[in-house]
Amino acid sequence: MDIEGFLDQHENKDLLRFITCGSVDDGKSTLIGRLLYDSKLLFEDQIRALHNASAAIGTTRETGEIDYALLLDGLKAEREQGITIDVAYRYFSTPKRKFIIADTPGHEQYTRNMATGASTASLAVILIDARQGVLTQTRRHAFIVSLLGIRHLVVAVNKMDLVGYSQQRFEEIRQEFDEVLAKLDFADVTYVPLSALKGDNVVERSERLPWYTGPAILDYLETVDVGDQRNESDFRFPVQSVIRPNLDFRGFAGSVVSGVVRQGDRVRVLPSGKESTVERIVTYDGDLEEAFAPQAVVLVLADEIDISSGDMIVLAGNLPRVTNQFEAMLVWMNEAELGKGKPYILRQAGRNTKATVGALSYQVDVNTLQKESKDTLRLNEIGKVTVFTTQPIYHDPYTRNRQTGSFVLIDPISNTTVAAGMIAEGVVSDPPVEESFRNPDLLQQHIDRREIRWDTGEVTGRERTLRNHHRGKALIVVGGENGAGRSLAKRVERELFRRNLNSYYLGVTNLQGGLDADLGSGVTAGDEHLRRLGELARIMTDAGLIFISALPEADEVDLDKLRLLGQPNELLVVALGQGAGARHADLCLAGTSGDEKQILAILELLSAQSVIPEYCI
Amino acid sequence: MTDQRLSQLRQLEAESIHIFRDAVSQFENPVLLYSIGKDSSVLVRLAQKAFYPGKLPFKLLHIDSTWKFREMIRFRDEFCAWEGLDLVVHHNAEGKAAGVNPFDYGSRKYTDIMKTQALLQALTAGKYDVAFGGARRDEEKSRAKERVFSFRDRHHQWDPKNQRPELWSLFNGRINSGESVRVFPLSNWTETDIWQYIRLENIPLVPLYFAAERPVVERDGTLIMVDDDRMRLLPGETPEYRMVRFRTLGCYPLTGAIESTATTVEEIVEEMLQTRVSERSTRVIDHDGDSSMEQKKREGYF
Repeated sequence: MDIEGFLDQHENKDLLRFITCGSVDDGKSTLIGRLLYDSKLLFEDQIRALHNASAAIGTTRETGEIDYALLLDGLKAEREQGITIDVAYRYFSTPKRKFIIADTPGHEQYTRNMATGASTASLAVILIDARQGVLTQTRRHAFIVSLLGIRHLVVAVNKMDLVGYSQQRFEEIRQEFDEVLAKLDFADVTYVPLSALKGDNVVERSERLPWYTGPAILDYLETVDVGDQRNESDFRFPVQSVIRPNLDFRGFAGSVVSGVVRQGDRVRVLPSGKESTVERIVTYDGDLEEAFAPQAVVLVLADEIDISSGDMIVLAGNLPRVTNQFEAMLVWMNEAELGKGKPYILRQAGRNTKATVGALSYQVDVNTLQKESKDTLRLNEIGKVTVFTTQPIYHDPYTRNRQTGSFVLIDPISNTTVAAGMIAEGVVSDPPVEESFRNPDLLQQHIDRREIRWDTGEVTGRERTLRNHHRGKALIVVGGENGAGRSLAKRVERELFRRNLNSYYLGVTNLQGGLDADLGSGVTAGDEHLRRLGELARIMTDAGLIFISALPEADEVDLDKLRLLGQPNELLVVALGQGAGARHADLCLAGTSGDEKQILAILELLSAQSVIPEYCI
Repeated sequence: MTDQRLSQLRQLEAESIHIFRDAVSQFENPVLLYSIGKDSSVLVRLAQKAFYPGKLPFKLLHIDSTWKFREMIRFRDEFCAWEGLDLVVHHNAEGKAAGVNPFDYGSRKYTDIMKTQALLQALTAGKYDVAFGGARRDEEKSRAKERVFSFRDRHHQWDPKNQRPELWSLFNGRINSGESVRVFPLSNWTETDIWQYIRLENIPLVPLYFAAERPVVERDGTLIMVDDDRMRLLPGETPEYRMVRFRTLGCYPLTGAIESTATTVEEIVEEMLQTRVSERSTRVIDHDGDSSMEQKKREGYF
C-alpha cells in the first residue's frame, strides 16, 4: 500500500478503548508489551533500551528473553518497587483499528484505579494465570468492570505454556469462571488460551494450541463490535459555553453525549423548561444537518432563550430525569472515609452542585460479591447510597446512559475527587413527612435534604449579626403553672427589645387559629403543630431574630425534635420548675416567682452564649 | 441518513474540543502554552474549532529561551498575525542578562533557567489558573499516566502522588487560589495522529519539519544545525550542508536533525514508519539520565 493509502486508512479507522485487569504475576504487562512489540509500534531506540534493560534488571534475564513488561512501567518510584500503581494509557494500532489501553494493576487496594480505567473503556481483558485459575482478584475484576458498565469481556487464560498447553486445564478455568459471570451482566464473554511470553495466540493463532478454534486475542480485538455500548436514542447536550462573537450570533457550544439532533428538531432547555427549535448546527468545518455522539458542535436555536453553561438541551419529547435525590453505586476513592451529611461537590454532565450522601443501603464485598450492612465507605469500598443535591440534576440511569448517569464527588476543602458514582435505575422519593417526624434518623435525613436545598438570599448570617449586634436564636420556655411560662417569655421579649435587640414572642395558640388552622387535635396533629413551630423557629432565627415562645407541656422528646428542626441553629431551653422538659433545659429556674432575677439569668445565658453583647451599665 | 460513526481521528478531535470547552467553563484565566511546534499548531487549530465562530477566549504564551531557531520565531509571528491570535512572549530577562547559554551551562542548567524558570515566571506574572499544553501520553513512558487535568501546587510543582482520579469525561477543575492546572487536550493523540491531522486539515508548520539543505555539524552522533553565529564550533568542526529535517523543534543547539529527503507530510510519515526512532530521542535533554523527563516534570517543565 502506498503512503496515501496508509494515511487514509489510519484516518478512517475506528477506535477501541479497552482495559486490562490482572496483577503483575498474571503477565499482564508482558501481554501489553507483546501487543505493542508485535504490532510494530515500538521505535528502534525503545527496542534497544528494552534489550539493555532486559539483560540488566529484567525478570527474564536468566533466560535471555526480552522482558516486555519493562516497556510499560512509567514512574521512577514504581519502577523501583516493581509494581504499577496507577492507570497508564497505551496506544497502538493495526491496519484495522486504533487501540487505547487503560492499563491498571490488580492489587486489592487499587479498585479505584480499575474503576478509573474502566470508566472510558468499552471492553475489558481479564487475565488469569493458568496455573492459579480463578482467584479472588479475578472475581473482583469482573465485578468492577461490570459495575462500570462494560458489556464485553475477554478472559485471557495466560501462561498456557506452563501448564503444557492443556485443554483440560483451560476448560476447568472456563467452567469455574462461568459460574462467577452468571451473577454479572455481560453481553458477551470470550475465553482465549494464550502465552504472552511465548507469543501464543497473541497476534497469531498458535500451533501449540490446536484444540482451540477461536481467534488470537489481537484478531478478536480488531473485529469485536462494541457499538451496543452507545446510547443512540436519547439526545443529551450539556451546554459548555455560550458563543457570542457579535450581536447577530448566539450559539451554545457542547458535545452531543448521547443520541442524535437534527436541524428543525424541537428541543427543551433544562432547567428553564423553555422550548425552541434547532435552527443551525454550526461547526468550524461548516453547518451540519445532524449531530451525534460524541460530536462537539454549536447549536443555534430559533428563539431567544436564556441559556448558560451547565444547562442541558434535550429533545422536547425525550426528557432525562430531573431530581435532587437519587440512588447510586459509589466507589470510594479517598483515604478519608465517606462522611454522612458532609457537604461535597457533585460534578455531573459538566456541572457542579452541592451534595450530601445519605443512608448507605449496603456495601458490596468486592471479593465475595455479597451485600453487607455497613456504616460508611472507606478507600476502595463500593456501596449503594442515596445522594441529595442542592440543585436538581438532569440524569439518566447509568445502565442506560454512561455520560449522564455518572458523577464524581469532590471534597470542597481538599478539592480532590473522592468518589465515583453510577446512578441507579430506581427513583427515590422523600418519605412522607409525618413518617419522618416519628423517627429521629428519618427526621435528620429530612433536615439534611431541607438544608441542602435551602435557597439562601444575598445577605449572609454574619452580615445580619453585624447589623443587628446580636445573633438569631430560638428560646423556648417550658414548664411553669398558670401561664407563668408565657408571662416570663413576654417579659424577656420586652427586656431584649428595650435594649435595641430584635426579639419576637410568638404565642402557640396564635398558630392554631392561623398557620395550623387546617390541623385538628389529637396525637398526630400535636406532632404536626410541633413540626411547624420548629420550622418557624428555623426561619425566624435565620432572619436574625431572637424568637421566643412558651410550651408549658413540652417534654424531652418534643424538645429533641425541636432541636433537630432548628438546625443549623441551636435551641435554647429555659425550664420553670421541675417539669418534664427540665432535664434537657439549658437553664432551670424556680417554679413561679417571675421576678427580675429570672429575666437577668436568661439574659446572662444569652450573653454567655454570645447571642447578645455583654450587658454594660 | 449518514453513517453515525466518527473515525478515530474525528473522535480524537471531538474529545479535544470537549476538553478545551470544559476547561474554559471551569477556570477564570486560561492561557495556551504555544511552543511553535507541530503539536502546538494542532492545538491551536483545535482551540479555534472549539470556540468558532468566536475568537479564542485566551492568549497564547510563548516562552522564548532566546536560542530558538530563527525560522521558528519568523513562523510564530507570521502565523499569529495571520490567524489573529493574541500572543504573549516571555523570556527570562535575568538569565539573558547573565548570558545563560547551552554551551557554558550545560543543557540541564540552561533548560532549567531559560525554559522552566522562564515559564514559571510567566505563569506567576499572568496569574493564569489553567494552562493548555500540547503534551501527549505516547511521547514518553513517564507521561502514560499523566492526567488530562494535571494539578499543580502554588509553586507550579507536579506531584505524582497528588493527582486526582479522572473518570469518564468528568474533569475536576477545582483549585484554591494560587494553584493551577495544566490541561492536555492532545493526551490521547499519537505522533501518527498528529501528522495525519496536519495533512487532513492543511495545518501550517515551521519549514524546519521538512527536509532542506541546512548547515550542520555532527556532534556525539547528533546533527546540530548552525542557525546563527552564536553557535560555538569545536576544533575540527566545520559546518557542512546536508539534506536534513527536524522531528521536534526546540533550542537549536539542543535539537538534533535527522538526514532526510522528506519534503511533504506524506513523505515524513513514510520515513517515520520506516526509521522507527521515537520522537524524543532527537532531544538532547532527554539523555541527561534515566527518568530525566520525569524529573523535569516535577520541577515544572513539561
